[in-house]
Amino acid sequence: MKIVVCIKQVPDTNEVKLDPVTNTLIREGVPSIINHDDKSGIEAALQLKEKVGGTVTVVCMGPPQADVALREALAMGCDEAVLVSAREFGGSDTWATAVIIAAALNKIGYDLVITGRQAIDGDTAQVGPQIAENLQIPQVSYAEEIDVEGDSIIVKRQFEDRYHIIEVKTPCLLTALQELAAPRYMHARGVVEAYEKEIKVFGYEDLKDSLKLEDIGLKGSPTNVFKSFTKQAKGVGTLHADLSVDEAVKVIIDKMEERHII
Amino acid sequence: MDFKLSKTHLLQQELFRRFAETEIKPIAEEMDESEVFDLELVKKLLKYGLMGIPYSRDYGGVGGDYLGYALCMEEISKVDASTGITISVHTSLACSCIDGFGTEEQKQKFLRPLVDGSKVGCFGLTEPNAGTDAAGQQTKAVLDGDHYIINGTKIFTTNSGFADTFVVFAMTDKSLGTKGISAFVIDRDMPGVKVGQQIKRMGIRAASNCEVSYENVKVPVANRLGKEGAGFKIAMKALDGGRIGIAAQSVGIAQGALNEAIKYVKERKQFGKRISSFQNTQFKVAELQTMIDAARLMTWRAAVTKDEGGNYGPEAAMAKLFASEMVNDVTRACVQLMGGYGYCREYPVERMMRDAKITEIYEGTSEAMKMVIAGSMKIS
Repeated sequence: MKIVVCIKQVPDTNEVKLDPVTNTLIREGVPSIINHDDKSGIEAALQLKEKVGGTVTVVCMGPPQADVALREALAMGCDEAVLVSAREFGGSDTWATAVIIAAALNKIGYDLVITGRQAIDGDTAQVGPQIAENLQIPQVSYAEEIDVEGDSIIVKRQFEDRYHIIEVKTPCLLTALQELAAPRYMHARGVVEAYEKEIKVFGYEDLKDSLKLEDIGLKGSPTNVFKSFTKQAKGVGTLHADLSVDEAVKVIIDKMEERHII
Repeated sequence: MDFKLSKTHLLQQELFRRFAETEIKPIAEEMDESEVFDLELVKKLLKYGLMGIPYSRDYGGVGGDYLGYALCMEEISKVDASTGITISVHTSLACSCIDGFGTEEQKQKFLRPLVDGSKVGCFGLTEPNAGTDAAGQQTKAVLDGDHYIINGTKIFTTNSGFADTFVVFAMTDKSLGTKGISAFVIDRDMPGVKVGQQIKRMGIRAASNCEVSYENVKVPVANRLGKEGAGFKIAMKALDGGRIGIAAQSVGIAQGALNEAIKYVKERKQFGKRISSFQNTQFKVAELQTMIDAARLMTWRAAVTKDEGGNYGPEAAMAKLFASEMVNDVTRACVQLMGGYGYCREYPVERMMRDAKITEIYEGTSEAMKMVIAGSMKIS
């Protein structure tokens, strides 16, 4: 089975601070890491490979510095790494990013594509599903457990109040939750070998047969960011337990009157 | 000249740091208190290649180098010196004797399982009556056909509580002095190998360290490393490399202690101010970091010289001498910076100060280091 995992290099949000004036992330001096959900996707792919055989290719779109994220994936045991990087790709929103990654995946070939559910810096959860739409393959999002049966994948999909058990034929795309698999450490030998391997770089020239300039980059991005802001922390709530219905109603009414809501 | 780590060394350092923070730091205090090394941790060290760093992939090793090994020793020792010495004795003492002096057949048989993550090694040179004067070995190996019969007692054998493979030194000809010592690879399961109780120590209390006696142990001639009489040279060569590991361990303990002390002085308030705002604290921290950096550079220099095939012995001795004395000064100062809390077992600097002392003693005392350094200067 040819498994391709799409990963994103993100700032380690544990280390991130916000600029209090502009409300944007201060990225300077913040270490970069592989997005958590994506790393679980790598682990799930490696476990599948160990179980049914095949190869794991890891793909990352980003600036040349994303190289280190791919080396880490190789050091965990991935077989091949592809960096999708070009000036033309800069400024892409989720839609344009998915168009570019889909073009790269068509060039690489795949039976199963795994992406993380969402990235900790953008939090959109859009790129994975959009890649599947671009590739016109079935997708199952929020995968918590996966297994292989013949040419089908059985996915336990997390839902708000239940799970869905879904059987899907390959080729297909899954978006991985962190719960899917606890990522292994790199192996020390893997680190040494990761820097001996070549990382393929796909630029615009490599993908231009299946890309139009107007569909990618800032120009190809339908998203306009109106404003970005930090969620304000809410105050701690109060718990009123063991009240009768009448008492509960009174507490709520009193509170609303106190706040001049009613 | 470039003082920057390469990309591969940086990523190795990242692995060692993450592993140490996640797998070792949470259990370090408990291991020290119980004086028992966690065998699950040994399995993880083996699994992720931390026990075979500077050894060839031809034998299942990591294919790294001594600089990578020094980075591992530093990162691991930042959180736990006992785990540091466990890795060190296995890697730079047990494995290096076989790698440096074993035949191809011996490397396949004995080195491979030690560096591919299957087995743990230890090193038996020191005896109750032969420490720095290693030539005073009383353990004897007597040739009997295609076997040697080994009798004697070794003390302070690190890892012996759970190691599988023992590299042991014994006199094959007492009349020849140091040239009468030979090196043998002994399997734990060979009849007559008896591992005693854990020796109670001041620091690195979690590390396994026992007396091991050898009673009529029948060892095939095929298990002798090098020629008969080459043992002293083999041991000294191993210790030369081992000292790079101990220097790195010292740097790690010191940096770990200083990091803890910095965290504390930034929070602790006295006289209405954080104590980090006092110039006395700032100057002390600046001095300590400078000493640590000096020791780190000396350690890296010795490691790189070894990796490049140079004469690293005197550089390793200098790094070990300086770093081991530095870590004792630094950890003592860190306890002082933290006052009464620093003295409490609840904070790790107390353990780190106890752990620091041994670095001036094992794998060659500070005095032995001065003998090596002065010897290389040819001033007598």
